[in-house]
Amino acid sequence: MLSEIMMIPMIAALMLLLAIIVGLFFLGLDRKIAARFQSRIGPPIVQPFRDLVKLLAKETIVPDNAIGWLFNLAPVIALASALLLILYLPFLGVAPILSGYGDLILVLYLLMLPALAIAIGGFASGNNYATVGAQRKLIMMLSYEFPLAVLVMAVVWKTSSMFPDLQGFTFSTFMQHPVLTLVGPVGGFGVVLLIVTILIALCAELIKGPFDNPEADTELAGGVLVDYSGRNLALFLLSDAVKLCAFITLVIGLLLPCSLGDMFSSFMYTGWLAIAANVVFFFVKFTVIAILGLTFVRVAFARLKINQATKFFWLVSAGISLLGLLLISLDSMM
Amino acid sequence: MRQTNTFKKSLWVFHLNTGSCNGCDIEIVATLTPRYDAERFGIKLVGTPRHADVLIATGPVTKEMADRAKRVYEQMPEPKYVMCVGSCGSTGGVFYDSYNTLGGIDKIIPVDVYVPGCPPRPEAIIHAFVKLWEKMDKKAEKSRPVKKRKQANKNKTVNKDKTVKRSKIVNKRSTILTKRITEQK
Repeated sequence: MLSEIMMIPMIAALMLLLAIIVGLFFLGLDRKIAARFQSRIGPPIVQPFRDLVKLLAKETIVPDNAIGWLFNLAPVIALASALLLILYLPFLGVAPILSGYGDLILVLYLLMLPALAIAIGGFASGNNYATVGAQRKLIMMLSYEFPLAVLVMAVVWKTSSMFPDLQGFTFSTFMQHPVLTLVGPVGGFGVVLLIVTILIALCAELIKGPFDNPEADTELAGGVLVDYSGRNLALFLLSDAVKLCAFITLVIGLLLPCSLGDMFSSFMYTGWLAIAANVVFFFVKFTVIAILGLTFVRVAFARLKINQATKFFWLVSAGISLLGLLLISLDSMM
Repeated sequence: MRQTNTFKKSLWVFHLNTGSCNGCDIEIVATLTPRYDAERFGIKLVGTPRHADVLIATGPVTKEMADRAKRVYEQMPEPKYVMCVGSCGSTGGVFYDSYNTLGGIDKIIPVDVYVPGCPPRPEAIIHAFVKLWEKMDKKAEKSRPVKKRKQANKNKTVNKDKTVKRSKIVNKRSTILTKRITEQK
């Protein structure tokens, strides 16, 4: 009995550790592949681990005009909320550990929390650059939340209208009935549009590529993180890695939850082998999304101005997601 | 300090121009961009001194810039290093007797590595990073506990007896010398 109680926290802890390692690894892979795109050799894939160790060894400075406790608290909140997010998501393609204690709505709010923590940290550091960066981060958040909400609504509406007796807002439902298998060709196009929307939001959420205005190294000198150093910066790096993991898992969990495990089980492979196949397939999807959605976009497009980015999200991204919703609803009418 | 090996391979640099003609700055850019690609060694340009491990400073330090350069150095978290790129930064260069320059970055902040040249080539700048790594190694060796250092020296097979004898002789000589000096006085 005791071992069963201990089992879940231990699995959770292992999962979080794995999320951190996978996240850092993919940050390294991102840098390496971006370098190859620019015909450079690039840093080794373990570079983020080295950066992390180095940052932990550095002095941690709290500026005089910063609000000390808030300045130190912000990175902790960012990391903690990102880690919590992992527990609510179907990381590794298995059902989320805290699946009974909250649903997709909670996940949407938790997604906001790391971004909010970064903005709070920026405001608390009392630096002009950080303040501008934090304002940009908040504006960006207001912009990309709407397409994301439309997307979640579309998926949930489709699933729950087909299976009214299942819980609509949980990942296990999506995993049982992937949205792509529920729709026809028209709706399938709609789902592809939704995938495009969420991939655009991916860059903004991770402050990368064309939407890295809040951190803009060349104009804002590091933006929200301008006054962070040492341990605090290391925590932000970690939360960055976990956020990458979480958001890509969200993409997979919402729109591409198809698993190899079911296919394997029909071939009489069950148990551990099916789980292993699932995990491998999860990482294949993960890699493809990370490279196509993050690295490729980051290298191919220059940074937008903040007003352009906002306009882009409210017009183009929201338009694409609404069109996807429309196509899916058309599909169910046909 | 076992962390130095990791530390060495993850140097984030902040670039500061203290009144240089931009020649050295262009060469630094050339070091960081695809042709020479310093990111291979984990060297990354950052936008703020708070993130930086190495301050790359160029220029002969104009009087206007002196306080600001000092301030940027003080904003960096420990452990920090300073690399000075170009003749102007090292000695004042052609502005050595100018009325409004201080003539060298080491007049205001401690410099760890100098890169001479007007401007130095990117290879020279990368070589300077290698020199910096060597310096870090030496520093790490010094900061190691004495016991461990002694053990490491033992492994190097130093002839112990000879050194002891020699030191005794030296001691004798020095005592004789001091005696003579005091006698003369």
